[in-house]
Order: sequence, then structure tokens, then C-alpha cells
Amino acid sequence: MTWIARNLWLIPALPLVASGLTALMSRRRRGWAAALAIGSLGISFLLALCAFAAALGQGGEHGPFREVVNFDWFQFGGQWLQLGWVLDPLTALMVVMVTLVGLLIFIFSVGYMAEDENFTRFFCFLSLFAAAMLGVVIANSLLLFFICWELVGLTSYLLIGFWYHKPSAAAAAKKAFITTRIGDLGLLLGMVWLYAESGTLLFYNGGAGCLEQGALTAMLVKGTAAGMAVSTGIGLLVFLGAVGKSGQVPLHVWLPDAMEGPTPVSALIHAATMVAAGVFLVARVYPLMAVGGGVGQGVPVTTVLTVVTWIGAATALFAASVAVAQNDIKRILAYSTVSQLGYMMMGLGVGGVAVGMFHLITHAFFKALLFLGSGSVIHGCHHEQDVRRMGGLKGFMPVTFVTYAIGMLALAGFPLVFSGFWSKDEILHAAHGWSVSHWPFYMGLAGAFLTAFYMTRQVALVFFGKYRGAEQAGGQGREQGSAGEAAHTHHSSTPSLHHSSFAPHESPSVMTGPLMVLAVFAVALGWFGTPAWPWFEAFLNGHSAEVELGKLFSGGFLGLALLSTLIVFAGLGLGWWLYGRRTRAGAEEPDVMEQARPDLWALLKNKFFVDELYEATVIRGNAWVSRACHLADRWVLGGAVQLIAWLATGVAWVDRVVDEFVINLGFDGGCRGLRESGGFFARLQQGRVQPYLRALGWGVVVLVIVLMVWRD
Amino acid sequence: MDSFPWLTLLTLLPLVGGIVVVGLGAGQARMARTLSLVFSLGALALAGVLWRQFDPAFDGLQLGERHAWVPSLGIEYRLGVDGLGLLMVMLTAVVVPLSLLAVPADLSRAPLYHALVLWLQAGLFGTFTALNFFHWFLFWELSLVPAFFLVKLWGGPQRSRAAAQFFIYTMVGSIGLLLSFLALFLATKQFDFFELARLARTGGLNSALTAELGWRELTGRTLVLLIFAGAFLGFAVKIPIVPFHTWLPLAYAEAPTPVTMLLTGVMSKMGVYGFLRILLPIFPEPARWVLKPLLALAVLSIGWSAFAAFAQRDLKRMLGYSSINHLGYCVLGMLVVFSGREAVVDGGLQRAAALNGVLLQMFNHGLTAATLFLFVGLIERRSGGLRGVDDFGGIRKVAPVLTGLMGIAVFSSLGLPGLNGFVGEFLIFKGAFPLAPWAAALSTLGLLVTAIFLLSLVQRVFHGPLAGRWRGFPDLTLRERWLAGAPVALMAVLGVYPQLILGVVDPTVVNLVRQFGF
Repeated sequence: MTWIARNLWLIPALPLVASGLTALMSRRRRGWAAALAIGSLGISFLLALCAFAAALGQGGEHGPFREVVNFDWFQFGGQWLQLGWVLDPLTALMVVMVTLVGLLIFIFSVGYMAEDENFTRFFCFLSLFAAAMLGVVIANSLLLFFICWELVGLTSYLLIGFWYHKPSAAAAAKKAFITTRIGDLGLLLGMVWLYAESGTLLFYNGGAGCLEQGALTAMLVKGTAAGMAVSTGIGLLVFLGAVGKSGQVPLHVWLPDAMEGPTPVSALIHAATMVAAGVFLVARVYPLMAVGGGVGQGVPVTTVLTVVTWIGAATALFAASVAVAQNDIKRILAYSTVSQLGYMMMGLGVGGVAVGMFHLITHAFFKALLFLGSGSVIHGCHHEQDVRRMGGLKGFMPVTFVTYAIGMLALAGFPLVFSGFWSKDEILHAAHGWSVSHWPFYMGLAGAFLTAFYMTRQVALVFFGKYRGAEQAGGQGREQGSAGEAAHTHHSSTPSLHHSSFAPHESPSVMTGPLMVLAVFAVALGWFGTPAWPWFEAFLNGHSAEVELGKLFSGGFLGLALLSTLIVFAGLGLGWWLYGRRTRAGAEEPDVMEQARPDLWALLKNKFFVDELYEATVIRGNAWVSRACHLADRWVLGGAVQLIAWLATGVAWVDRVVDEFVINLGFDGGCRGLRESGGFFARLQQGRVQPYLRALGWGVVVLVIVLMVWRD
Repeated sequence: MDSFPWLTLLTLLPLVGGIVVVGLGAGQARMARTLSLVFSLGALALAGVLWRQFDPAFDGLQLGERHAWVPSLGIEYRLGVDGLGLLMVMLTAVVVPLSLLAVPADLSRAPLYHALVLWLQAGLFGTFTALNFFHWFLFWELSLVPAFFLVKLWGGPQRSRAAAQFFIYTMVGSIGLLLSFLALFLATKQFDFFELARLARTGGLNSALTAELGWRELTGRTLVLLIFAGAFLGFAVKIPIVPFHTWLPLAYAEAPTPVTMLLTGVMSKMGVYGFLRILLPIFPEPARWVLKPLLALAVLSIGWSAFAAFAQRDLKRMLGYSSINHLGYCVLGMLVVFSGREAVVDGGLQRAAALNGVLLQMFNHGLTAATLFLFVGLIERRSGGLRGVDDFGGIRKVAPVLTGLMGIAVFSSLGLPGLNGFVGEFLIFKGAFPLAPWAAALSTLGLLVTAIFLLSLVQRVFHGPLAGRWRGFPDLTLRERWLAGAPVALMAVLGVYPQLILGVVDPTVVNLVRQFGF
């Protein structure tokens, strides 16, 4: 076993220790907090590189390289429950991605959060997040995975609600935790079911793991009451967890609201890593979801994977359409993230692990880039988040503009040069070849068009035209959310008030540096997954990739690539035609599309009213049932108790009445009789002689009379 | 058997302590506090000694004491602990000092109060170590008396009603219990738990009941069920299970908060303990007959209480309902043991998982719920008695330490992995799902609603803009930081290393499961 596989636990442990130390530190030690967080994650990054190197080129005939370390946690029923970690290509890729993106975002945060009074706590939470996320990535047990997964959810809750004094942030944090928990409960049930059926939660354990052949076959053969295989039931429940965490329809509602958190948090947790954990989960348990799906005929087709595909496709299209009509720079990106996560799910469903994971990795870099770019914009515009009040920023913020444009082109899937093109095309290619239905392919194409369109709209509104923020003197009329953010990060004094102009400014190099690094990756990563050199797929599956330029021109690929290029250009062109050609005059002017189709615009702007629907059904229902339980408790059950109490009191009262007026009266009467007769008799025996003699005399008289009368 | 009578000493220590403390004058409040704390810490130390003396590898009863008492009636003085008893002794020993430390300094009639708490502790120790029904029942009832007076004399505005309801409700349950055991005694001439369990295992119990007893047309199955129902009622009220729970919110809310810590931390475990010690081993047959309705009751209990908690506006009532909810998972975990579902792989292991989960959950709930009420007490003292969910807002700004520590306790309560609550709930669901899939699946709704109301609590009390009137809300003092920090630290320790408890209780559970013959 390699040294790094044995010590893989160090990768999450280092940020965990940093987090613990920071938690105990005085909040004034800002420098220490940042240094600890960045330093520990930096070492983790180096270790992750070691892990990557170890996994590189080690694949053999027996499938990909895989080393596991399992250990005992606790005992029950005389057995030990084991946890463990695994080093395989999937883990290696993810640890490198998470540590690298995390490191860049940590560095960016030093600049972005510089003036926040809770700077130390911010880094404490960030480190805790990194530890938990890395735990998710290396876990070799679904239970350990779940533990870290929940902790990731906790840090997400803490960081969304970082500015807890804003009611909107506090509400968004709660919403995120609860919505994802709905999915997590499905995952919990799937986990205990899996445990019951396979007897283990270890993924890999030398043939005895739950993702290995023996357990999989057993679960495939066994049927449930509903007629489907056990593996299908488990797979669907586990997928529910992924739906919650990765913001898939219908549990996507929390993710846009999560933008209430500081922008680096949005970049790290709600774009690059945590929300992708659901996709990673599906990739991790892919053998379970694919079992029984026609082995050896290319991509497996199972019930679970079909569900994954449809949910993913629906999410991709739905979120992309909503993103078109948003005005908050971060919300546009948030819906874009939801949409891209849909693509990843779809990729997993139609094309397998490599297809979905490739998009996950490229997306992590270019979306982190976009979010950090938006952070730089927000920072530069004095915490303005409304794209209608931006404009012309390319003159003020050249570095941010160039890097943002790279990220935008990568996301839009601009052909050949940018990574997003290759990863998205692979998904579309796989969707085209999917044997179940062609619809996901069409939905993906439509989503691609919308993606190119809304990103063009955003970039045109933010960076082109003239700056429209100046008309608001120092931030009046800002959206409530951004005002809160401004008030907090600039709690001492808003710089704009002291500068002679409110002109936006470029961010410091601690913020632009990470942008440039991410921009490089947003371009370069694409080269690792082209049809000509499918290194990525080869690495995950443990064989070596060869360069075959000819594949680029093979019919299947070329046709689709041309089609998707056409679609992307159509989106870019339409976006530019509507928003770039003639920039809007002022912030308050209605959107071009709003003027054209106000009804459709309202529908998209209000996100198809899904939040309102949930408000009216789930949340109202919850409140109603609670109320009903409470009232039933108080009046029905409590009433029954009260009734019994009254009955008891009533019986007691009757008792008392009977006692007093029947028994007592009788008793008293008896007593009185006794007493009176006693008195009477007592009078007879007073012990005085005269009455005795009187009685005696009367007696004698009576006797004499009686005798005289009777004699006759 | 004839070793040093540790368990008698354990019960006597707080009993004597109470007698000493009650003799103090009204002016010696400080002395009463100190002395009672010393006695309770002494009991904790003694419990620690027991924990060390206990040999987890041996699955039977340990530290036993056995003396004849009233031989003609089958009454013995019989003490002993297994993993279950020891765990409950430890929980009692941990929660009582915590509760004593949470008592406000200006309490009236302090000597009497502290004496009652110590007597309550003695009653609990007695309940958790006695193995003969008569002896056990004595302590079971005796522990009720100090609790009654603690609520009645030091409680809130509705204390009389609360105390009366609490007492009478529990008495009704106890009468059912008593009648059932009298019936058992008449049929078997036995009061000993283990003897009765042995009879039940060999099938002798039902036949004895049918043979010896019979009243009008009540024979056989109906009679056995009736006797089971009596015993069940006793525990159902104590735990409590919906719909026998209506005494609880009132009692928890009206009791002084340190007493609520005892009620929820330890006394609520008496019902679960009785379930495990008595109902499970002695009445497996009738429980199997009516398993479906019982499971429905458990699920109802879990869902109902969670929803009702969400509707509460008083922190103490809310946490009271939450307590019912958490113990509902215990009930679920215990009931699934009776399941006869055939499609289960390795049923014995699933049952062991569920029961281990129940035991863990008992301890964890005791710790977490008591700590949460400790925090409510700390808040109450700062707010001048206010404890409505809507009375506060944005407290986190001025009291970050209080918020942080209570936040950890809240997350422990909603079962966050890494803290103590999770492993117990995981094991319960791990066992319950294969044995009773629908009941387990429906019960997850409780987990969701728990998250909803607890996070709403955090949101309303701690988050949002700081309400103007609380600008001067003081954060925890150094002493309070230690007081609240200790149980919170224990939550983290048990969350990471549950083996600390499972290592002790698992052999007991395995033994129990083996007795069922699965």
C-alpha cells in the first residue's frame, strides 16, 4: 500500500484541526486565523497531489487503481461497524479539485472579507467545511460519507447565515438545511436499507463491500414488495439525497436563496464543491445504480439511471430558463449552477461516471471563477449586486473583466478553446446515443442555447455600456440584501462616501490572483477530455489514453460538435443583439424581454412560482398540521383528561352529597336519637333521691289503681 | 454475589444526604447547596467506580446483592446491574449535579429543595438497580413524591395544576402496572423480573395465567392481553407515548427549570427502562399479537409530538414536546424487536442494532435534553422569566458564546452526525427499517419536523436584528461557560466515540436478543 493511501486521513484532518484551533482563538487574531486555514489547506493540497500522483498510471487489468483502509468504529450485536477511506482515481481527482479550488477561494476571501468583524469565525467555518468536504470525498463507507455529508450541510447552514442579523440570510440558511434534509432522509433510509441487505456499508472491502459484485448481485436478484429489485429501491432513495444536495428539481429551491452568504462561500460551497457532492455521490455508488443494466453493451440503462437522467435534464432546462430573467448577479450564477448540476446528473445517467465527473471538474473551476469574479465586481461596485445598476465595468476592472469573460465563455461552451465546450459536448453526445429517449438530448441543447444567452446578457449588462451605478448616490435604493452585505463588510465606513467619486475600482491582487489561476484552468482542463485524447475517462477507468486525432473528425462527434457550436453561437448572438448592441439607458428601464413578453418574463422572473407553490402547500400544510396537533392536544386529549377529571370531581361531589345528606343525616339522626335517648335515660339516673322517691310514689299509686281496677 | 454492597451504598448516599440537608435552617442556603452538590458528586464518583468495576465482557448481572425480605410473598431485596442499569445509573449521576448547579442562587426554602432533589436521585438509583417487582415498584413510586413537591412548591403560576396532573396521571399508570403484577403474582407466585422472564421464555407464563386465573369470560388470550395492557399503560404514561402525554408539556413548563432537567433527563427514562427491563422480556407474546397498533402508536407519537412542538410558543413546552418525539424513537426501536417479518437478513443483528440504538438514545437524550433546558434556564434568568420563542431576536450578536454552545446542543438534538444524537438514531433506524419498513420510513418525518422547529427556534431567538430591549443581554459568565461547556463537550466526545457506551451495553443487548431466541 502506498504511503499516501495509508495516510489519506491527513487531508481532511488538517483543516479540521485548523478549524478547532480557530474556534478557540480570540476573534482578534485575524492574521492567525487566515494563516492557519490557508496553511493547513495548502498542506492538504500537497498531500492531495501526492495522492493524485499515486493514482496516476496505476490501473491494471483488474480495473482502476484502488487502495482502502478500514477501521473499527463501534460495536453492536457483537460485531464491529467499520469506517474507512479509499484512494482511487475518483477520490484523487476530487481531493485535488477541492483542495485547489478551496485554497484559491480561501486566499480570495482574505481580501473579500478583510473588513468583516467576524473574520476569524469565517475562516473557522471555512476550514470546517473543507474538512467535511474532503471527508465526503475520501470516505469508503456510506456511513462516513453520510456523516461528512451532513457536516458539510451544517457548515453550509452556518455560512449562508453568516450575516445572521439579516432576516433574509437567517431564513435562507434554515431553508437550505431543511430542504437538503428532506433529501438526506431518503439517503438515510437508502443507507439503512443497503446496510440491511448487504450487511456492510463499506464501499470496497476486498470483495465484501457493498459496491462489489457479491452484494450487488444479491440485491439485484432480490425483489421488493413493489416488484422492483432491492437495488433499484436503494438506488432511488440514495439518489434522493443527491437531489437535495445538488439542487435538482424539485428540491432546488434552497440553492438560489443560499446566495445570501458571502460570495466566497457561494463560490466554494454553492458552486464548486458541496453542491457537486450529490453528483459525486451518484458517481461513487454508480455500480449500485447501474447494476443489472445490460453489462457489456456500452452504457448501462437501469430504472435508477433513467430517473437520474430525466431529473437532470429537467433541472438543466428549467434552471437555465429561470436564469434568463434574474437581475441579481449572483442569482443568475446560482440558477446557472443548478442548471449545470442538471447536466452533470444527465451525464451520469446517459454516459456514465467519466462523462458526469468531467463536467463536474471543469464546472468547478469555471464556476468558482465566475463567482469569485462576481465577488470582485460586487466588491468593486461597493456591494451592488443588481446587474441593472452596473455596466461598463470592463474599463474599471480589466483583470476581472478578462477572467470573467473566460469563465463565461467556458460556461457557455464556446467551441474548442474552453473546457466547458468539451465537457458539455460529451454529455450531449452521450445523450444523443441514449437508447431510452432523445428528449434529454433536445432538452440539453435547449439548455445550452439558454446558457449562452443568459451569460451574454449578464456580461453585457455588467461589463459593457456605461456605468449606471453612479446615479445612486452612495448606495441608496439598493436591494435590501446587498445593503446588508455592505453594512456588514464595511461596518466602519463605506469607502464610497470618502472617495471623491463612486466609481467602481479593481480589486486588490489577493483577489485577482486567484481569478487568473482559475482562468487558466477554465481553459486548460478541456484538453484532458477531448475525443482525440480522452485522458479523463481513461484515468477514471484505469487504462491509458492514446492520442487519436482522427476521432475528432469522425462522423458522430463532428456533427454534434457543429450543431452545439451553432446553438451556442445562436445564444451568444441573440444575447448580444438584445443586450449588447444597444445597452440600456438607465437602471430603472424595463428589460428588453419584459417589454416584448411581460407575461413570460413574469413567469421566469418569479421562477415559475415554485417557491410560492411550496409556500402554499408544504409550508402551509406543515403549519396547519402543527396547529391541528397542538389544538387536538389541548382540546381533544386535554379535554378528555379534563372530562375524566370532571367526572371524578362529579363522582366525588355526588359522594359528598350522599355523605352529607343521606349517610350523614342518617348517621346524625341515629346519633341524635342515641344522644336524646341517652339523655333521657341519663335523666333517669341522676342519683338524686327525690325523683326516685317521686317515681316510686307514682308507681305505687299507679299499681294500686291498676290492681283496684283489675280486681273488679 | 456477596461482595461489597455497592448498589445499596449508591442508593443510600443521596438518601442520607437528603436527610442531612433537610435538617439545615432556612438561613443556611449556601450550605445546603454545597452539601447537596457534594453528595451528588459523591454519587457520581460512586457511579464512576461502578462503571470501572463493571466487566463489559460478562453479559449477565453484576454487583448483585440478594437477601430474603418477605419470602412467603416472593419478595426479595435483590439488586444488580447489567449494561442497561449501569447506563441509567450513570445518566442519573451525571444529570443530577448538572441540575443542582443550575439552581438559581436566590431560591426560597433551599434546604428542602435540595433534600427533595437528593431523595429523587435515591429513588431513581433504586429504580434502576432493583430486580424484584415489589422493591422496584416501591422506588418507582417513591421517586414520584419528591418530583411532585418540587413542581408543586417551586413551580410556575400553574404549578398546582401541573403537579396534580403529573402525579395523578402517573398514579393511574402505576395502578395498571400494579394490578398486572398482582395478577402475575397470583398466577406464578413470583415477583422476580428474571424468573418471570424465564417463565415467559419457556411459555410457562401464559399457561400459568390461563390455568390459575380466570374471571368470568376473561380467559386465555384476552386475559394475557389485559395484563399486558396494564403494564404497558404504566410505562406509556411515564415515557410518555401519545395519547398518554398531555401531562408532560404542562409539567415541564411549570416545573422550575432545574427540575425540568431532571424530569426530561432522567425521569422520562424510567418508562423506557421499565419497557426494556419488564415489558420486553416478560410480555413478548402479547406484544407480538398487537404489534401493528403499537407500532402505529409509536409513529403517531413521533409525528404528533414533532408537529405539536412546532406550534408551541414557549421554549419549555416546545422542548417538552421534542422530548416526547425523541423518546418515540426509543419506543419504535423497542417495538420492532417483536417484528416477525420474514424477509429480514440476519434478524438478530437488526434487533441488536435497534436495542443498542435505544440505549444510546436514552443516554444521549438525557444528556442533550437536560442541557437544552439548562440553556433555557440561563436565558430565563437573563430575561427576567421570559422564555417565549417570539420574545427575543438577534441575541447571537450580544451573546455569541451562549448561542454557540446552545447551538451545538440544538444540533445534537436534531441528530447531527459528529454529535451524540446521531449514532443512536442511526442504529434505531438501521434496526427498525428492515424489521418494520413502513414504520421506520414514516418516522423519518419526525426527524424532518424536528429540524424545522429547532432551526426556527434558533432563527427566532438568536438570529435576525437584535431587539432593542436585549442590547444589554449578558453573555455567559466564566462559571456558566464551564457549566454549559462540560455537557456540550461530552456530546462531542460521545458523537465521535460512541463505543464508550456501546462497549458497555452491547453484551447486555446481545444477551437480551439471544433470550428471545432469534
